[in-house]
Amino acid sequence: MSTTKINVTITDQAASAASGSARSDRAAARARRKAENAPEIPPRALAPTPFARIAGIIALSIATLYFIVPVFWLVVASTKNNQDLTSTFGFWFANWNLDTNYASLMSWTQGLFWRWVGNSVLYSTTAGVIGTLLAVMAGYAIAKFAFPGKKIMVGIIMGGLLLPVALLTVPLYIEFHALGLTNTLWAIIIPSAASPFGVFLGMVYAQSSVPNELIEAARIDGASEARIFFTIVLRLLAPAMVTIFLFIFVATWNNFLLPLMMISSQELKPVTLGLYGMMSYYSPDKGAVMLGALLGVLPLIALFFTLQRYWRSGLSAGAVKG
Amino acid sequence: MSTTDSPSTAPGGDPQDRSPGAAIAQHSASADPDHAPSAAAAALATGPGKRVPSKRRRDAFTGWAFMAPFAVLFAVVFLVPIIVSIREAFFGQVPTGGGLYGGGETVEMFVGFANFATAIQNGAFWLGMGRVVLYAAFQIPVMIIGALALALLLDSFIVRRPGGFRLSFFLPYAIPGVIAAMMWLYLYTPEVSPFLPFLPEGTDFMSPSTVLASMANMTTWTYTGYNMLIFLAALQAIPRELYEAARIDGASGLQVALRIKVPLVRGAALLAVLLSIIGTIQLFNEPVIMAGANSWMGKDFTPMMLTYNTMMGEISPSGAGPASALSLLMALIAGALAVVYSFLQRGKGN
Repeated sequence: MSTTKINVTITDQAASAASGSARSDRAAARARRKAENAPEIPPRALAPTPFARIAGIIALSIATLYFIVPVFWLVVASTKNNQDLTSTFGFWFANWNLDTNYASLMSWTQGLFWRWVGNSVLYSTTAGVIGTLLAVMAGYAIAKFAFPGKKIMVGIIMGGLLLPVALLTVPLYIEFHALGLTNTLWAIIIPSAASPFGVFLGMVYAQSSVPNELIEAARIDGASEARIFFTIVLRLLAPAMVTIFLFIFVATWNNFLLPLMMISSQELKPVTLGLYGMMSYYSPDKGAVMLGALLGVLPLIALFFTLQRYWRSGLSAGAVKG
Repeated sequence: MSTTDSPSTAPGGDPQDRSPGAAIAQHSASADPDHAPSAAAAALATGPGKRVPSKRRRDAFTGWAFMAPFAVLFAVVFLVPIIVSIREAFFGQVPTGGGLYGGGETVEMFVGFANFATAIQNGAFWLGMGRVVLYAAFQIPVMIIGALALALLLDSFIVRRPGGFRLSFFLPYAIPGVIAAMMWLYLYTPEVSPFLPFLPEGTDFMSPSTVLASMANMTTWTYTGYNMLIFLAALQAIPRELYEAARIDGASGLQVALRIKVPLVRGAALLAVLLSIIGTIQLFNEPVIMAGANSWMGKDFTPMMLTYNTMMGEISPSGAGPASALSLLMALIAGALAVVYSFLQRGKGN
């Protein structure tokens, strides 16, 4: 026991030497947030002319309107009844009908609406956790070990990155139907957890942020490979894992074709599929549908705003790939 | 935590270093010196031969141990379905003909290329493919140029705090495609639309001549911000000194943007266009939602809709065989388009 304890402290020190301790991590994160929000002062040579500034700000404002106004309309529409939707000014509130819309959302979905949201949370979280762990393991293996068949695996995974995933859905349905897995939660979770992009990110990060010396030092200390991975490598790859988790989570939440093919029972539907079914009813309460749409995307939007810097790190890792 | 930033804030590292090939090359280069002596030693050893569990063998074992779980999942989700669909594409349900009304049971039989022949001769498939290609030909350039322009604006110190703009451009990406399509459907519906009263009389977002453009607007709205972030990440990896030098040499801000920044983000642009082509081929959510309100669009407006409805028995011929043949045909066309595009781009670069 004592030897393992020593190992842990040594490797901890090595880990902190390599990446900074947890405390300085937090301080760095705070400093970065500050830097992100602080105004950028351009070098004088790069400052735009007043004309360019005004034209640029006008262009950016128009773009902002284009992206924001439909979302704002969604919020407004979810408070209106069918009659106000057609007769009142579209971009402002009329009579407050949020409560009646909520009531009709619940009755039209037979009380299943929150169940659908819960299903989406369950599918996306489970697929995200499993998919992230497997992707990081595979990325670490590719980055740090020479094993036979590695080049082939990398080639196949990179091919998987460029495969149109929707085209896999029909054959996946055939396969899962043969296995008797359609209309179960596995029909969503298993396909969603396989992320070639996650492996790619894991590989890039393991390459750049897991020092070989650290692994060697841990080996000399007698740590097993599994122990090295779970106690040292996973800690170093934590930011990569948040990024991969986000990508899988959002892709799973947004997927529509897969649940449309795989899920037939009301109780197992994710929120995208549930809302689609609700909309295809004869003459629905449009305000209630819009309220459902809004409530069905709020968890994602919350995730976006809290974890946005991980998105950018994932995208920038992807951007140099070309 | 420094690791989060390393891909974006380490412009010093040659991007090539992070490509998978380079990663392997690097690794084996660093591993070989370790291997070579031990392998040589093992070969020369005359003593109890098997004593040296070489690093190579340990590496192979550990590497596969970490790789295996993903490899199994990948096989289940990617390889088996591809094999299944190739197999299914050559089989069909054929009636035995001995039943009471002449139909009888159906049996699965090898039908050769019959499913592919049906798919290739299917006018609806090519009509749908034509729509998708036309759609891609105007939607992708508009979106990519728009995303690049927004990224350039945010990267040029025009606004001191770009964070708010960046978030609001990216916000639509947080809305699932099918929910965005439902929202835009209402925005297009004459009775509900908040825009239509301000537009000229007779504007119709859902007529046969405008529905493609209306759907293109949905995807542009959803994905422009995503592509903008890709460009912004690539732009921020360019060293600033380059711009300062150009400005001192007398280049205008616009010239810096067009002659220095744009050429340096071509790699990112190639990737963004490739991903968009692949995305467009599978166009499904938007047309399904639009067809729900416009029955003239039918069940085969895009190839992916055709494939889905073929699988679900909504269209004749239906079943796994014809649907698999359609899937494979689409995959081939998508691959061909992607390859042609990347060759054209690389050719231009040299």
